[in-house]
Amino acid sequence: MNAPASPPSPYSAATPSAKVESHTLSVLVDNEPGVLARVVGLFSGRGYNIESLTVAEVAHAEHLSRITILTSGAPETIDQIHHQLERLVPVHQVTDLTLSKRSLERELAMVKVRGRGDHRTFALQLAEAFRARIVDATTESFIFELTGKPHKIDEFIDLMRPIGLVEVSRTGVAAISRGPEPI
Amino acid sequence: MMSKEMTGAEMVVEALKDQGVEIIFGYPGGAVLPIYDALFHQDKVQHILVRHEQGAAHAAEGYARSSGKVGVLLVTSGPGATNTVTGLTDALMDSIPVVCITGQVPTHLIGSDAFQECDTVGITRHCTKHNYLVKNIADLPRVLHEAFYVASSGRPGPVVIDIPKDVQFARGLYAPPRSAAHKTYHPKLDADVETIQQAVRMMAAAERPIFYTGGGVINSGPAASTLLRELVGLTGFPITSTLMGLGAYPGSGENWLGMLGMHGTWEANHAMHDCDLMIAVGARFDDRITGRLDAFSPGSKKIHIDIDRSSINKNVKVDLAIVGDCAHVLEAMTRMWRAEAMSAEKQPLDHWWAKIDEWRARKSLAFRNSETAIKPQYAVQRLYALTKDRDVYITTEVGQHQMWAAQHYHFEEPNRWMTSGGLGTMGYGLPAAIGAQLAHPGSLVIDIAGEASILMCIQEMSTAIQYRLPVKIFILNNEYMGMVRQWQELLHGGRYSHSYSEALPDFVKLAEAFGAKGVRCSNPASLDAAIIEMLDYDGPVIFDCVVDKIENCFPMIPSGKAHNDMLLADLSDDAGIEIGAVIDEKGKMLV
Repeated sequence: MNAPASPPSPYSAATPSAKVESHTLSVLVDNEPGVLARVVGLFSGRGYNIESLTVAEVAHAEHLSRITILTSGAPETIDQIHHQLERLVPVHQVTDLTLSKRSLERELAMVKVRGRGDHRTFALQLAEAFRARIVDATTESFIFELTGKPHKIDEFIDLMRPIGLVEVSRTGVAAISRGPEPI
Repeated sequence: MMSKEMTGAEMVVEALKDQGVEIIFGYPGGAVLPIYDALFHQDKVQHILVRHEQGAAHAAEGYARSSGKVGVLLVTSGPGATNTVTGLTDALMDSIPVVCITGQVPTHLIGSDAFQECDTVGITRHCTKHNYLVKNIADLPRVLHEAFYVASSGRPGPVVIDIPKDVQFARGLYAPPRSAAHKTYHPKLDADVETIQQAVRMMAAAERPIFYTGGGVINSGPAASTLLRELVGLTGFPITSTLMGLGAYPGSGENWLGMLGMHGTWEANHAMHDCDLMIAVGARFDDRITGRLDAFSPGSKKIHIDIDRSSINKNVKVDLAIVGDCAHVLEAMTRMWRAEAMSAEKQPLDHWWAKIDEWRARKSLAFRNSETAIKPQYAVQRLYALTKDRDVYITTEVGQHQMWAAQHYHFEEPNRWMTSGGLGTMGYGLPAAIGAQLAHPGSLVIDIAGEASILMCIQEMSTAIQYRLPVKIFILNNEYMGMVRQWQELLHGGRYSHSYSEALPDFVKLAEAFGAKGVRCSNPASLDAAIIEMLDYDGPVIFDCVVDKIENCFPMIPSGKAHNDMLLADLSDDAGIEIGAVIDEKGKMLV
């Protein structure tokens, strides 16, 4: 998923703009077989990065799915990704939520931690500070459910590591624009 | 709307008729037998039996490119489908409208590794504009019509429809094409008026302008070529074109600079490098065109007209983007230029043309002719001289012969030149010639070929014989994969690793074995007579033109060099074989 960004052309002697940005793209697609493969295949085929990807049907009657992609690259590469996505036949709309600067981004994670004694108490205190919920518990483990921005989840996981992190499952980023209007 | 009940197989044939398809190329097999049965019961759609599915795809391309219609092919599942992949990729790269119908194993067997099963939509997803697997008979009529719409609208391309055998047998209601808008796909044809106005003002203010046109002008239809000629005439600007765009502006036109790019003319590439305004029309700044990107036309403002938004700023950043269909935009430009009397405000171009005339005087396509050996350039020149007054369509394979054809054969009209530009597919020319000949039965169709390329789809000679298609195959036989040999000479110290065409067939006997005519010529003095012999024969001919073995294709922009860093034929002659030294280590890494 983290293929290096390809240079724009084999003839490019100029180094592509070194500035790498992260952008969240919201892609509204027809929920038909193969549509996710088209989107993912576009990224792998053209050497773009996917840092996170979420997809689910958002309008059942209209068969619409929303794909949220967190990608990174030079601004001109992000622009290319945007327009390459628009070319796909089942794509209704592509919005760069990072450019609009008015978006909410959330991710859900479930974090399994194992430990006894002090470690257990520690884990509970940190979970409370991060507003993580306990969704499963045994005498020697917890599973925490946590929602927030990706970096907040990263932080939580980093803190849990020395305490006894076992494994993590993350949904990837879901994003939406603020205010009354749709994207 | 009249709906009729019929089988899926019958729907396929019905949809072809409703879409105005007269000819399809195909090869039968187990998973398409119901469709072949439906074809058997009618005579509106003519089926051309090819000898390999790759041939069907290229034939459909040749048919499409020479006629402006959608090319159609029909193949079976598994190997039938995988054999079309090269042709589909070729059509994708060159934006050719093609609909490819593939049979598939019955739906209940999909995923079981059944006999002749393959994941056709998975495999072709990357080499088509769009593709469909139709699992439900109710979807079939819509998908069939949609495929033609998608293939031919916007930037054209190949579309695959994969139909499982049980869906071909299933009965359902067929409806003819509806005019209702597509759910998501609506390419923008008209561009923003303000933007075009701005472009026209930039054009009037330019001192060293140039039109750089591509295959998009041809794809847009004949009107785009007519409008382009009008605009070039009105503005008096010089014009160059990519390999794909040859014929949109006449090769005999006053403002014509010849092709640009890696094997383009001195004047075209220098004018591109030194211009102050570049107007790119339906061209995509391919690496074969731009050469070294950071030295590409450094002092110019760039206007880019393209129907595909993603083509803009992909390789070269432009100053003004006009997203729309070439014909629509050129029409608006021509109208505005006239209405605003831009010719009055226009900068005088005398200095610019004087500079261009200096470049022209270098005669970059010149070559040293020989009295003993046929020079390949001379062969193309003679072929041109002896056929230019006829109704002629030219296809090519890929390599040196292709570049010599592009340099020395001149096209007055669009849709007359069919070559594999983007993908560079050896084996394209013969099946494409078959497709073009079927679209234009009374015309002269010539495949300018190399002896290596032609062997890649030589089986299609049988197709030409079966359908009495009098295609002429003009092989520039230098017993080498010439372009590979040239690069090995320039970049790899003359170590000709596996580029010699060993164990070639006797092409005259090969022609005769297929039931065609074979002609061989190795003497410049008898070349004309031999070409006339080929042209006079009413049937397919393989012409084995034995040419100078070590001739290189010039001019050439070496890898990693800029437009004003070209190699000319005379330079290489004077300097001996020192060209390798011109290309630096970085350049050798490039393709």
